[in-house]
Amino acid sequence: MTVKSLKEVIAAAEEGRLVFQDALLLYEKADLLTLGQIAQRMRFQKNPEPVVTYAVDRNINYTNICVSGCSFCAFCRQKEDHDAYVLDRPTLERKCRETLELGGTHILYQGGMNLDLDLQWHESRIRMMRDLGLHVHGFSPPEIVFMAENAGLAIDEVIQKLITAGLGSIPGGGAEILVDRVREKVSPKKASTSQWLEVMRTAHNLGLKTTATMMFGHIETAGERIQHLFAIRKLQDETGGFTAFIPWPYQPGGTTLTTRAAGGTTYLRMLAMSRVVLDNIEHIQSSWVTQGHHIGQVALHFGADDLGSTMIEENVVASAGVHNTISRSEIIRLIETAGFVALQRDTLYRPVERKAEDGRRRSVGSNG
Amino acid sequence: MKIPERRLDPDLREIEKKLLEGERLGMEDGLACLATSDLTGLGQLALGVKRARYGNKAFFISNHHLNYTNICENRCRFCAFHRASDSDDGYTMTPEEAAKQIAESPVADLREVHLVGGCHPDLDFPYYPALLKALSHARPGLEIKAFTAVEIAHMASIATISSMECLKRLKESGLSAMPGGGAEVFSERVREALFPRKIDADTWLRIHGEAHSLGIGTNATLLFGHMETQPEQVEHLLRLRVQQDASGGFRAFIPLPFHPENTPLNHMPGPTAVDILKTIATSRLILDNFAHIKAYWVMLGPRLTQTALHFGADDLEGTIVKERIAHQAGAKTAAGLTRDRLIELVKETGFEPVQRDTFHQPLDASLDKVNK
Repeated sequence: MTVKSLKEVIAAAEEGRLVFQDALLLYEKADLLTLGQIAQRMRFQKNPEPVVTYAVDRNINYTNICVSGCSFCAFCRQKEDHDAYVLDRPTLERKCRETLELGGTHILYQGGMNLDLDLQWHESRIRMMRDLGLHVHGFSPPEIVFMAENAGLAIDEVIQKLITAGLGSIPGGGAEILVDRVREKVSPKKASTSQWLEVMRTAHNLGLKTTATMMFGHIETAGERIQHLFAIRKLQDETGGFTAFIPWPYQPGGTTLTTRAAGGTTYLRMLAMSRVVLDNIEHIQSSWVTQGHHIGQVALHFGADDLGSTMIEENVVASAGVHNTISRSEIIRLIETAGFVALQRDTLYRPVERKAEDGRRRSVGSNG
Repeated sequence: MKIPERRLDPDLREIEKKLLEGERLGMEDGLACLATSDLTGLGQLALGVKRARYGNKAFFISNHHLNYTNICENRCRFCAFHRASDSDDGYTMTPEEAAKQIAESPVADLREVHLVGGCHPDLDFPYYPALLKALSHARPGLEIKAFTAVEIAHMASIATISSMECLKRLKESGLSAMPGGGAEVFSERVREALFPRKIDADTWLRIHGEAHSLGIGTNATLLFGHMETQPEQVEHLLRLRVQQDASGGFRAFIPLPFHPENTPLNHMPGPTAVDILKTIATSRLILDNFAHIKAYWVMLGPRLTQTALHFGADDLEGTIVKERIAHQAGAKTAAGLTRDRLIELVKETGFEPVQRDTFHQPLDASLDKVNK
């Protein structure tokens, strides 16, 4: 196979789907703004309207007790730690009601791998949230693998039970880098690459939509970042069940991997590459929660068509010392001053009708 | 699969043509840049101009910001730094105290002191030459970049001398260069609303012209993202360009995004990153007679500063050590950055970090090693 020049690869990116070698060359050699322009072209191809969506939701973490012990995580605790917790039912209900009052549509519901919480416990919590009228976007693949192992059930049986209880969709967390060399080093006790993909495949086949994420900027190589994108693209070709892709850089601070967080241009390059490679995924989300308002907004010109959510509550990134908060009015301002029309969406990217009292003068979101 | 036509803003194509033909950009072009929906397209034009001048280089300096007083009678409405002379947290450094801070500066290879303060009603003129002299001797090899045109006008009025005479005396006492602050926005409308006690645009520009005639290089700024309009922003750039054509002594232009916290304007949100990048790129394109465009990391934050290097900026300011003015107004950045961190930030973007002196001359690498 002959090696293409950068110019040829840029042309190839504008023609259609990139092969691995071309994608890697583009990622390593192309100028930031060139990547941005190729990404924007794909963005407008997938989403022709100059609309940027956002969601109003709350992250609820049902427990921080976790046996996984991932080396990049500042959130997890041992059961005996003084600040270990399992969220009680009344607190969960209060958080859900607050979310509804603030115009929220769904709960991003995740937690640690806690041996004390069985499937019935989870099912009853999901049922409660659903019955309150919230869409539950819950349980990343490692949590589902963990539940299946504890319950002695197959992945599809667990997901089916969760669906019956009211699970609406699955967040793409825990993907980190979908390359086993990397996973064995940073998250050896967590679902493997094939397990992660298998959970998503199964969920898609059972009719659930999911997102996919990528946590980059730790020990992985540039090639492994691209491998991650290709693994997602391949499964999406097969199932079509991913709604959105969300890349974000590892946030050091209180965690055991000690490298510095990737900077602004590294993030924008990765975001743009995600948009370019994942030609079969509809939406790319900007991560203001890790990048702050500035780069979170600039990302809208580097391939992102969604600004994530107001995240009325966020605990995991905050535990690494990163405290970005945003109000709905600020999200709208960022979108509009970037040259786009702001539109609230739900988890499945359907427009949400806003009531008059939820107008832009009202500020939601404080991260306590 | 059919790829749609590239959404390049047609107005940017016109501007690109003018740039290629060496034609100067005007008001309409500036407005088109600020209004474009093609952020990366605008960035590419500005980056092209930057690369033609400096290739892959990005400059920074080992410097220390020092604010000799926060007492100021101007009380500008966008400012969170100033205090009244009877305020509990007002302060004024003696020349000895200021020199001590510089002598003890953690910046090992310190090259420059950036010295600005307020229009203090009770300091006599001799304070200022004494301050310059004390700082010049605080460490060997220091350049003193000091006093905005606003402070120069204030000192001259206290001493009842002309601004030209004032500049001459300060130069004799060790003034090497002047910062670009106090320009705000060259608009009488905005001045009346936000900074009525401060010198007007004509005076600011005249004092810089006088400094240039004495061989004192200066910078220029624009405080943007409050109540000014886009035509007022572009007008500001055009007036600077006219002054530079006449006097030629501006080195760097520094667009300053307004920070509202702790100011009477705290109901305003401040400019967003897209506004900031557009302003930086537009400045690079309009100010064809300015050597440098600075991405002031204190006000942009490290991530946006890195990005700004792709939008026409070629300089990151410096180590700074203890920034006070933007931080009083809510800047969330560190008060200073180490030289190593600045180098790391630049390297991550793919640009080549180059340490410079006050006069924007690259430092000799071997000399630098010895100093380190």
